[in-house]
This record gives sequence, C-alpha cells and structure tokens, in this order.
Amino acid sequence: MKKSKQFWPFIGSAIAAYAVIQLLISMGILDDFYSNILIFMSINIILAVSLHLIIGITGQFSLGHAGFLAVGAYISAIVTMKLDLPFPVAILLAGIMATLAGLVVGIPSLRLRGDYLAIATLGFAEIIRIIFLNIDYVGGAAGMQVTHMTTWTYAFVCLFVTILVIVNFTNSRHGRACISVRENEIAADAMGINTTYYKVMAFAIGAFFAGVAGALYAHNFYIIQPQNFGFLKSIDILVYVVLGGLGSLSGAVVATVLLTIVSTFLQDYPETRMIIYSLVLIIVMLYRPKGLMGTMEITDYFKLWRSWKGDKQHGK
Amino acid sequence: MEWLQQLINGISLGSIYALIALGYTMVYGIIKLINFAHGEVFMVGSFIGFISISVWGLGFFPALLLSMTACAIFGVLIERIAYKRLRNATRIAALITAIGVSLLIQNGVIYIRGAQPAAYPDVFANTSYNFFGAQISSQAILILSVSVALMLILQFIVHKTKIGKAMRAVSHDAEAAKLMGINVDNIISATFAIGSALAGAAGVIFGVYYTKIDPLMGVIPGVKAFVAAVLGGIGIIPGAMVGGLVLGVVETVVSALGFSLWRDAAAFIILILILIFRPAGIFGKNTREKV
Repeated sequence: MKKSKQFWPFIGSAIAAYAVIQLLISMGILDDFYSNILIFMSINIILAVSLHLIIGITGQFSLGHAGFLAVGAYISAIVTMKLDLPFPVAILLAGIMATLAGLVVGIPSLRLRGDYLAIATLGFAEIIRIIFLNIDYVGGAAGMQVTHMTTWTYAFVCLFVTILVIVNFTNSRHGRACISVRENEIAADAMGINTTYYKVMAFAIGAFFAGVAGALYAHNFYIIQPQNFGFLKSIDILVYVVLGGLGSLSGAVVATVLLTIVSTFLQDYPETRMIIYSLVLIIVMLYRPKGLMGTMEITDYFKLWRSWKGDKQHGK
Repeated sequence: MEWLQQLINGISLGSIYALIALGYTMVYGIIKLINFAHGEVFMVGSFIGFISISVWGLGFFPALLLSMTACAIFGVLIERIAYKRLRNATRIAALITAIGVSLLIQNGVIYIRGAQPAAYPDVFANTSYNFFGAQISSQAILILSVSVALMLILQFIVHKTKIGKAMRAVSHDAEAAKLMGINVDNIISATFAIGSALAGAAGVIFGVYYTKIDPLMGVIPGVKAFVAAVLGGIGIIPGAMVGGLVLGVVETVVSALGFSLWRDAAAFIILILILIFRPAGIFGKNTREKV
C-alpha cells in the first residue's frame, strides 16, 4: 500500500515529540499549567478525531458525542474509585462500555438520516446524562470525586493509538466503504456495500475512542458532574471537526489545537468564548462550508507542493 | 380529582409547546431546515415582554403584541442574514449554521444583561376557579384562550388568505411555485415572521405562567417543541398542535407519578420511539424514497 511509506516517519516523529515534551516536563521547563493544557489538548484531539470518523468519514451527523464521553468518564471513575482497579484497565473498560453504548444508540438511530439522526443522537445523549443524574451510586447531580491520574504519558499513548487506528481504518477497505456511504448512500448500497454495517461500525469505533477520552477527562478534573456532558459539550467537539474540515483528520487536529489554546485564554470569559465559537460556526458555514481544509490532509498539501515544484523544473 | 388537575396543567404546558412547535413545523415544511434558533426567539420574546411590562408599564395584551411584532422582525432578520445564503447548501451546513445562530443569540443576551434570572411581574390577579374539584387559575384559562385564539388565526391565515395559499404552494414545490409567479423569498420571510411571532407570544405566556425567565430558558422548550413537531408529523400544522398538547400532558403525568427528574428524558424517549416506529409522525404519510 502506498500510504505505508508514511507509517514509519509518523511513528518516529510521534516518539520524538513525546520524548521532547516528556523531557521538558521532567526538567520542569513546562510547569503544571502548560502540561495541563497539553493533556487537555490531547483529550480534545481524541474526541475530535473520533467524531471526525463518524461525521467526516461516514457522513453521519451525530450531536451526541458528549453522551459517549459521559459513559467513558463515569465507567472509568467507577472502576478506579469504587473497584480499586488500575487506571489502564479503567481506560480500556471505559472504551468498551462506550462502544456498547454506541451500539445501543447506533443500531436503532442509524435507520434515520440527516437532521433526524442529529436530533435522535442529541436525544440519546440527553437520556444518558439524565440516567447518570438519577443514579445515586455515582453521586447524582453533585457528581463524583475522582483522583487525578491522567499524566502526559497516558494522554499521549491514547492519542497516538487513536490517530493510528483511525488513519489506518480510513485508508483500509472498510474506510473506503465508509467514505462511499458519505458520498452517496444509495449508490453505495447499489454497489453491494452493507451501509448499515459500516455506519454502525463507524459509530462503535468513534464511541470507543470517545470513551477512552472520557476516562482521561474524568481523571484529569478531580470531579465529574452530569452537567459537564450536556449538549454544549457535544457542540464543542463539533466545532473542532467543522472548523478543521468535514473529512480531514489533520484539519480536525489543527483546529482542535488552535481552539484549545484560544479557549484556555478565554477561560475567565465563558460568554466571549461561546460567542467566538458560534461566530466561527456561522462564518465557516456561510463562506467556507467545507471547513478550513475540506477533505484534504496536510500530507496532500506536501504532495501538491512537490508536484508543483516538479512541474516548474521541467519547464511546464 | 387530582388527575383532572394534572390534565389541566399538562394542557397549559402543552399549549406553550404547541405554539413554539408551530414555528418549527412551518419553517421545516417550507425550507426543510430545523431552525435551532427558534427556541432563542422564544427567549427573546419573553424578555421583550418582560421589559415592556415591568419597565414601560404596559399591560398584558400590548406587551404580547409588541413582543410578537419584535420577534417577527427578529426572525426575518435571522433568516435574511444567516439562512438565505444556505438555500442550496447541504442540510448539515444549514443545521450547523442554525446551531451557531442559536448559541450566538444565547450568549449575546448573556453578554448584554448577564445570566441571572428575572422575575416576571404579576399582570393578573391570580384567582382560582373550582371546576369539578380541580383548581383552575385565571392564568391557565388565559394561556389556553390566547393559545387557541392564535392557533385559530394561524389556521385562518394559512387556509383562507392569499399569503397562506402561497405558503402552502411553496412548501409543496418551491420550483413550481416560482414558475407560477410567487415570490419565494418573500414567502419564506413571511413564514419566519409568523413562526417567530408565535414563539414570541409563547415567550410572554411562559413568563406570565412560570414567572421566572433566564437567557438559557429557550434551550429545553425549544428542543421539546421540536419533539412535539416531529411527534405530530413535521411540516403539518395541526400535527404540531396535537403533538405539543400530547407532549405537555405526558410530561405532567410523568412528574405526577413521582418521576419528576425523568421528565426531560420522557420527551426524548418519545422522540426516539416515534422516529424509529413512525418517522412521519402521527399525521404524516409515509413517502417512498426515490433515487
């Protein structure tokens, strides 16, 4: 496969980036504030990339990503706080339970399309939130105390695995089937692609990584409360994907990094932050509905640039 | 007679949902857009009513009319500025824009006046009437009569006037309507104006009945009104009324049975069941998909 050429450089640069940041953290150059931003950024990237698989690749408009995040957060908190199991087990179980939630949500609602699917997923996410609100075992509305366990290493490993799996999935036969569902579902059906199967699969994988992000999220913030996982959280994640470009993984990552930095600086002014977010949504949709990068990836730009330079050398 | 009491409460709540749902259903029927900002128009209408009653000292009916007019203008502005360019865009792009507009209005209001709630002034002496053992407040009667009157006016506009005929034509087939000499853009604006006016009226009524309003009050009633519209069959005007009333009664019954924390979940469970088993809604007809 031609994409495999990118595989080893990707792993190499990822390990290098990890090592540099870990070194800076252990030397104390990056203090708690900055390492926290980095962890938060990684969590957001995991969320954005997992939603990108559902919206950008498979074209299923889901407004319920915060629901899977909530499942992951609560399950992992139960595993570490109530059952006293180690954190990696919690991350894995959070992912698995979120996948189950994704299947429960996905199988009935994926019969719907477009705006109906959006509203149904929104409804499911709200139901999940209300269920946690009503279970006293996890603290109800007051929330649940969680010890801080998320470190840069955990966040990075999860981020790395997420991106690796989703990139490989997208470039595989299954990924291409998902893209064909996005482009034209009826045509894909006619070509013999089991569209429901691929939609549910994308939903389940997206939910798994949202659950993983939930585990990291819960163990980074000391307390989790049902109101953290409302409709606005889903919109937060949606903005990352829409701004980056529906269908572009690197676009989603770049947009997440930018917006996380912006929202960190606007932490004390939540209204201003939401006004900026909403303006971003409106303006991007009105003037550049494809998002910043459309369906292009950063590597595509390199290729374009290279072929343009090559053309010039040959005097074309 | 506690059940009769709950039924009356449910119908009062349901008529508010119905008024909001009418705007959703009319807009969806005509341009196939879920206008997420509709709940925010309801909120703005409520605040305009609040200001005109408590600051300018107007009575209930002048405040209601003022709020309806202002909301009609507001709705048309939203349509002209944000949605008009998106007529030919994908459904997802339109939906995302609508979510953006909704967040912008919410946070704009919070930015201007802060997030603290406001207490609606009393506009009516609250007398209760005894009706077969159930207490009916004068406010409940008022809400019901105003809602019913507005719905009758709407039915009249849609079925008996020229603009209503044009609206039905556009929602049936916009291209053909254009060929018949109907100005589609103006009709779409008129639809937004009427729907937003109804939402403004619902806002004032909500304020009078529940006495507490805040900038985020539009979110939950907005989504529930959408559920009501889907329940009745989206795009169908009587469907929105029936859907709103059914939803209001169901919610009140769920609360009365002692599951008040699950009240919001009930609406969403209804939504998902209806979408799965009868996506066209109570009054809708199934349409076959064509390639």
